Order: sequence, then structure tokens, then C-alpha cells
Amino acid sequence: MDLSMLWYLVPSVIMLVCGIYGFITRKNLIAILISLELMLNSADLNFVVFNRYLFPGSMDGMVFTLFAIAIAAAETAIAIAIIINIYRSIGNTDITEINKLKY
Amino acid sequence: MDYSQFGSMIPELIVLGIFMLVFLFDTFSNEKGKRILTPLTTILFALGTIAIWIVPASCEEVFGGMYINDNATNAIKAILNVGVFIVFLQSSKWVNSDEVAIRKGEFYELILVTLFGMYLMVSARHFLLFIIGLESASLPLAALVAFNKRHYESHEAAIKYIMTAVFSSAILLVGLSFVYAFSGGSLYFSDIALYIGQGEMSGLLLIALAFVIAGIGFKLSLVPFHLWTADVYEGAPTAITSYLSVISKGSAAFAFFVIFVQCFGAVYSDAWEWMMYAVIIATITVGNLFAIRQKNMKRFMAFSSVSQAGYIMLGAMAVNGLGLASMMFYIFVYVVSNLGAFAVINTIEENTGKLSMDDYNGLHKSNPWLSFAMTLAMFSLAGIPPFAGFFSKILIFTSVTSSNSWALYMLVLIALINTIISLYYYLLVVKAMWISPEEPKIGTFETERCQKVGLWLCVAGIVFFGLVPYIYQYCYDAVQSSLGFLTFFNL
Repeated sequence: MDLSMLWYLVPSVIMLVCGIYGFITRKNLIAILISLELMLNSADLNFVVFNRYLFPGSMDGMVFTLFAIAIAAAETAIAIAIIINIYRSIGNTDITEINKLKY
Repeated sequence: MDYSQFGSMIPELIVLGIFMLVFLFDTFSNEKGKRILTPLTTILFALGTIAIWIVPASCEEVFGGMYINDNATNAIKAILNVGVFIVFLQSSKWVNSDEVAIRKGEFYELILVTLFGMYLMVSARHFLLFIIGLESASLPLAALVAFNKRHYESHEAAIKYIMTAVFSSAILLVGLSFVYAFSGGSLYFSDIALYIGQGEMSGLLLIALAFVIAGIGFKLSLVPFHLWTADVYEGAPTAITSYLSVISKGSAAFAFFVIFVQCFGAVYSDAWEWMMYAVIIATITVGNLFAIRQKNMKRFMAFSSVSQAGYIMLGAMAVNGLGLASMMFYIFVYVVSNLGAFAVINTIEENTGKLSMDDYNGLHKSNPWLSFAMTLAMFSLAGIPPFAGFFSKILIFTSVTSSNSWALYMLVLIALINTIISLYYYLLVVKAMWISPEEPKIGTFETERCQKVGLWLCVAGIVFFGLVPYIYQYCYDAVQSSLGFLTFFNL
């Protein structure tokens, strides 16, 4: 079966929009982190799909995706470490209580 | 693979070498040895900085053109290095305080790693290397922002920084994936420029460019993407705040210029001229207006640095060698002026714990030299004539108006009006220090020796950079001698 590029790009855009929506509306830091992962994965998916369909002769997009996945993992590790620190100091991960710095 | 290619990455090798030495020393030395870690790192780094200044750039592309080492990138690296050296001097007391001393090795290591990432970012001519540089510059910074482990504010600043940083890099990656779709299968800047120049404008390319501007604009804290700035600057330790505000911003500005002129130069007037036009006006104005109402000095400097970022990006609107040269000069002057201001804020915070602008009332009675240095820094940031900030603003305005388009003349006019607004709030600090009749709330104290040296370096820079033509000439020559090599300006 031959699927066109659109079959992959539309889910990718849906993932991106879900990620942005979750980033804005979620109140829990872990949920926000999951939304961020969705956005990063949507970018990775884009790269792979463009590479596979538009430029099947080269590997640039695929290699880029591999590096992007590694970087996303590093980002998650640091974010989790900071979330643990926050949890230790205020006892939960609710962003409505992380509001000391403003104005 | 030809390993001799690594020999062309001299600045990176120097920073990596210092990093390895500091790391090994920090890991294997005993308690006694750790005491000399601060002077050791500072001296090593000073030597490295001098080496980067005097060793001429190899002027070649390596790894198939992914990485470039020419006079312009070498010059911006030397400028960043001077900034980091001053930050090291400034932080010498803080890293040896009881709370931080046990982790001071990590402080130096993380700073050197982020510096390495920024080097890759300014030298990259391929988006893969650029992204790796950008991320290795921004991720360790989150750890640095969270460095004050026992202070809740530090964690809050760090979580705000890391979340917005990841969000913006996700947006940047999505933008780059669309750019990739237009690029003919290659992520080299030069190849993308070729394909974009041949093809015609499309809506998707516009979206891609907007995403890329948003992603890099976050690093520069341009205005719609600046909301993290004030909170992170306030919560982070002051040494890190000064690092964030100058070094990270300077490298991102240079990388922005390279990407947008070299890669997307062909669609300058179609696509990103008006985007950047709006962003710069918003950045300068919003930064200024919000700075007026700040009472906390670190938040005040945060909004001041937002508006300064707008002035730096004016250089990118010029899209020529003059623009790049004056942007580099502006970054250099901004490094000394802003670090000078932060050095004063830092010493006062360390010695008395006071951060509010009201606490600075009558400062000249108790600490005349600190007030003097702060005054010079504020004059330079505001652009008052004999100081360096005036000349950097003049040069950047000249470069923008050199292309003779009325729209850019209007942009410079708006920037000029904003300079006058900025004069008001910079002088508020000066007024508090010198004119306010109140008795000083901050007692007399002796500044630590290293911090004094750093402060005097900044003051010397503020006074002499504008008057001595060598610095601007250095930037200009570096850009001119890289021009043929870079094939930037084939618009």
C-alpha cells in the first residue's frame, strides 16, 4: 500500500498542536514535560518523513533525527532533575504554586 | 577519516583543553588542592583568551564545510572569552562561599561546556552542528541557574528557563524540518541558500522562518519571546545572571546573523525583513517601558538587556559586512558595560544582601568607587557621548542606514526615540546613588581583590573602547577578511 506524505504530516501537526496546547493548559510539571516531548517528536517525525519522501537518496534528515532524540533525552534528564529539586522544596509539582518570582 | 581536521578548531581545542584540566584537577585533587582551583581556572582561562586573541585564525572549512574557522568567528570568540574571563573574576567570592565551595568545580566545568557550545554555534555552517551547539549552550545553563541549591528562587528560575528553552528548541526544530523540506536534501547553510534562492516564496517557508526566528529569538530574549527573562535573571545567582545576559546573548546574536544572512539572505525582503522589523521595534520599546517600573536591580537589568538585544539585532537588519562588524563591536561594548553594572550589583548583594534600587540611595557617601563604576556603566548602556556605548550605538545606526531605504530610516528613528526613554531609567539609578539626599543604607565595605580587577577592566573598557579606534577596526578587518571566504552577501 502506498501512503502519501500527508498521512504522516497530518499526525505530526496534530502532535505539535497537542503539545503546545498541553504546554499551555497543564498544571503539573511532569505533564508539561510530556507535552514538550510530543512537540519534539513531531519535529523528528517531520524530518524522517521529508527525508523518506522528498530526498530518498540522502540520509541527512535521519541523522538529524537521531541527534535530536539524544538531545531531547538530555533535556528531559535536566528538567526531571530540576523538578525533583522543586518537589523537595515545596512538596509538589503544581505550577500554580511556583509563582514567587513575578513582576 | 582525516583527524588532522581537528587541528583547525583551535579555539574549541583550547576551551576543551582547559575544561579537561579543570575537570581532572577537580576530580583528583584533595581538599587542600581545591583551594587553588579558582586561581588555576582563571589563569588558565586568561592564557587561553590571550592565545585566541593572538593566534591568527586558520581560515578554513573542515568536516566537509560543517565547521568554519575564519577571522570573524575567531573575533567573536575572543570577545566572548573576555566576557567569560570577567565573569570568572566577578564570581571568585561567590564560588568560595561556604554554600557553593564544595561544588565550585562544577561551576567552572559547566561554564566552559556552555562556552564550547556557543563556539560551535557561531562556527557552525550546518544545521546539525548548529543545533548541537545551541543545545549544549542552553542545557548546562539550566543547571547553572539552579546552582543555589538551598534557595527556592533558584529552582523556580531554573524550571522556568528549562521549560521555555525546550519549548523554543522544539519550535526551532519544527521550523528547521520545514526548511529541510525546501533545501534539496541538505542541511548545509550554503546549499539551503542556493535552493531557497532558486525557488519562489511560499507560505510554508514563511511559517518555517517565523518558527526559526522564534527559536533563536528565545535565546536572545527578543520581545514576544522574552517572558522568561526577568524571572530567570532574578532567581539565578548573580554571576550566572551576568553570564546569561551577555555571553549567551552575544553568541546567539552572531549565530542569528550568520543563519539569516547566509542561509535566508535570498528571501530577506520577501520574508524576514518585516518580521524582524516588527520584532525589533517591539523588543526595544517593551524592554524600555517595562524597565521603568522595576525596583529590583536584577529585574531592572533583565529588561534593560531585553531592549539592548533589540539594538544588537539592528545589525542584522543591515545585512552587510558593516552590520556584522558593528554588531560585534556592540556586543563587545555591551559585554563590558553590562558586566560592569552586574559586578557592582554582585558585590553589593554579596556584602550586604541588598538588591532593591531604593537601597542604592546615597551610595556615593559610603562606596564612592562602586557608585563611580556603576555610573559609568549606566552612561555607557544609555549611550552618553564620551563612553563606549555612544560609539557602538552610532556605528550600528550608521550600518543600518547605509542601505538607504526609508523603512530602515524609520526603524533607526524609533530606536533613537527609545534611546531617550532608556536614558530616563538608567539615570534613575545614577540619581539614587548621587543626588538622593538620604543617608546610605549600604555600609562601607571593601570589595574583594579579584572583583576589583574585574571592575577596573570593565571601567577601562567603557572609557577606552569608544575612544581607541583599534577595537572597531579589529572587528571590521575581521569581517572584511572573512567576506570572500564566507560568500555571505551574494544577495
